Amino acid sequence: MTAEFGLAALWLAAALAAFQLIAGSLALTERGAPLAGAVRPVAVVQGLLTLIAFVALILVFANTDLSVKLVAMNSHSMKPLIFKIAGAWGNHEGSMLLWVTVMSLAGGFVALVERRLPERTMLATLAGQAFVSLGFYAFLLISSNPFERLPVVPVEGNGLNPLLQDLGLAFHPPTLYLGYVGLSIAFSFAIGALITREVGPAFARAMRPWVLGAWIFLTLGITAGSYWAYYELGWGGWWFWDPVENASLMPWLAATALLHSASVLASRNALRAWTVMLGVVAFSMSMIGTFLVRSGILTSVHAFAVDPERGSFILGLLAIYIGGALVLFGLRAGTVTEGQRFAPVSRESALVVNNVALSAILGIVLFGTLYPLVTEAFDTKVSVGPPYFNPMGAIFFIPMLLVLAVGPLLRWRRDSLGRVRKILLIPAAVLAVAVVALLIFSDVKVLPFLGLALAPALAIASLVPLRGRNLRRTPLATWGMVVAHFGIAVALFGMASESAFSVERLVAMRAGDSTEIGPWKVRLEAVEPVAGPNWTALEARMVARYESGSGTTILPQARSFWSPPQQTTESALLTRWNGQLYAVLGGETPAASGPGRWQVRLWWKPFVSMIWYGGVLIALGGVLAVIGRTWSDVKRIVARDKIAYRRERQGR
Amino acid sequence: MRALLALLMLMVSAVPLAAQEEQTAPYAYRQLDDPAKEEAAHDLMVALRCLQCQGQSIADSDAPIAGSMRSLVRERIAAGETPDQIRDWLMERYGDYVSYEPRITSLTWPLFALPLVLIALAVLLLRRRFARESKP
Repeated sequence: MTAEFGLAALWLAAALAAFQLIAGSLALTERGAPLAGAVRPVAVVQGLLTLIAFVALILVFANTDLSVKLVAMNSHSMKPLIFKIAGAWGNHEGSMLLWVTVMSLAGGFVALVERRLPERTMLATLAGQAFVSLGFYAFLLISSNPFERLPVVPVEGNGLNPLLQDLGLAFHPPTLYLGYVGLSIAFSFAIGALITREVGPAFARAMRPWVLGAWIFLTLGITAGSYWAYYELGWGGWWFWDPVENASLMPWLAATALLHSASVLASRNALRAWTVMLGVVAFSMSMIGTFLVRSGILTSVHAFAVDPERGSFILGLLAIYIGGALVLFGLRAGTVTEGQRFAPVSRESALVVNNVALSAILGIVLFGTLYPLVTEAFDTKVSVGPPYFNPMGAIFFIPMLLVLAVGPLLRWRRDSLGRVRKILLIPAAVLAVAVVALLIFSDVKVLPFLGLALAPALAIASLVPLRGRNLRRTPLATWGMVVAHFGIAVALFGMASESAFSVERLVAMRAGDSTEIGPWKVRLEAVEPVAGPNWTALEARMVARYESGSGTTILPQARSFWSPPQQTTESALLTRWNGQLYAVLGGETPAASGPGRWQVRLWWKPFVSMIWYGGVLIALGGVLAVIGRTWSDVKRIVARDKIAYRRERQGR
Repeated sequence: MRALLALLMLMVSAVPLAAQEEQTAPYAYRQLDDPAKEEAAHDLMVALRCLQCQGQSIADSDAPIAGSMRSLVRERIAAGETPDQIRDWLMERYGDYVSYEPRITSLTWPLFALPLVLIALAVLLLRRRFARESKP
């Protein structure tokens, strides 16, 4: 019953989306104007209906209703409840339902609260949102119905990929999807503004909090995903330039560029066409990312999402939406002028450098990710990986970081470097000291060297905009910028330090053996079997001692799941302020006589956790900015309403 | 090439894992004693693709073939071969796919031309903006 109820809600929501598209479009014409009042309520109800469908799917999974095909394929009655629920989106159909749910909830939310734009632009925006949703409803209902029943009910389900049975990954996809799909709002805003030709500061101010919201979730999703890969895959790597990782990075790069260009548009009414273009590109990257993941066209670590047939459906949607938006952009770009001019040394120019660099990195990631498909057409399989992406990205990333140190200090429109030279003396001195220290005390490779040299200077430079301000009266949005930029420096330091100073140790140990790694002394006490709800494992008890400190017990496991049968490694992490000890238990090597030896892999990764602290700081900066901006807009709207109310009373 | 790969996988799966590792891939989970050589081997391993797994380097994988390849890389480095020689040998055998670092060929040069194209594009777009601006 629950499944049919969910399916009915989904069909109703799709019908309402169609109505929203038609009513929203007609309301823009003179004769259809009376329909305008219906568009916002319809968007809200549509959002609620998809939410009902999604809750229905979660209930079906929580009760392990095996007559539903999706549950039988992807769940198991013996799984812990939390993973039964997370299993609802740990598969293709469920994750597409999540996508549609987030999309229409976001549309409903915009319809409910957004009052900053002219109503005509809002109608066009909501019609655009419905138009995009419709394609995904069609995809879901026609080719990936999550509520399909089985004619014969199986005795037990197939279970969930053990790699996904992890708390981090249970909540990683929803976070990422909130970001991916949240960008659809930017896309619809861009379309709406193009249709009504209302591209200006008001448009940028209205769009910015929505982009910020999506961007916060993207940042957190990428950070969490990276940490998951780090501890779950068991080899200490935290970023692989894998197609699916790139798929999440590309919308982030576009959204980051969009945030910065929107601030130019909001403050200075410049970069108008470019900002609209980025709005289109950001969500296009989300859709391309989904296409890459869902179609399995590129082999990847995340191959559990592979399904070639559905790829062509998404490819069709991609062609319609991206192609359509670009055609609209081409038609209207001529009428959207670039807006106010500015001097080469100005805040605008710094933000232009930021945009150029981020777009170029985006171009490199996109090109490098897709290029293997091109060569495959010529019957040559090539791999494009870290040795390509790292240096090529750095060509643009490093100059961007240098500009990041200066940009926030510059004035809008026109400024001179002479004015800010004195303020930048401290970061420049720190940079010089770091370079000299690195040259003398260590030999690290070029990229980590650049990172280690730049990070401290950047951290200080990112705080400089607070200089001479009354900290309590500094706007929250400025705090947000400072915190996010500081987060970049922190993450950069973590990445560079991990790559420069990590120590690896692979040893075969008997119980009682000790080994040293970096400043640590690690002793293997015993290896014993343990059991969980749906797995058994071998657990190593190790005592790790930092220099002459007291010992801490760590318990890495090698787990065997039985449904589906698969081995995973549960690494043990010991975090100190200055880094992490990372321990993995491998297989047993039988000895000719006596007890066998255990393969143990150990890493000491100085300051590695800074990578993810940095990511969290960047997201926190976004949160501060969104609160600051929304609060000041709400105050403005309240004040405007009060004035209007008084006028009305006095006029009477 | 594929047949060879399949044969290799068959061989690998036929022998019990741990015993097989000891015999055929002694350096799969064992580092070289010379830290400089181990570092050279490690730098090469992170740039080689594990052919059996998806999107992982041989330095990041538990798959048997990744272990064999790690052992091969370490043994050859220990024997004095340069990383480039080993990479070339592997690419000869398994195709360009095995290396994460694309070679510059008639097919892959656009990858390396891209940054220049992007810089040129940015300069072209921006030059016009600033040129117009500096007139008044």
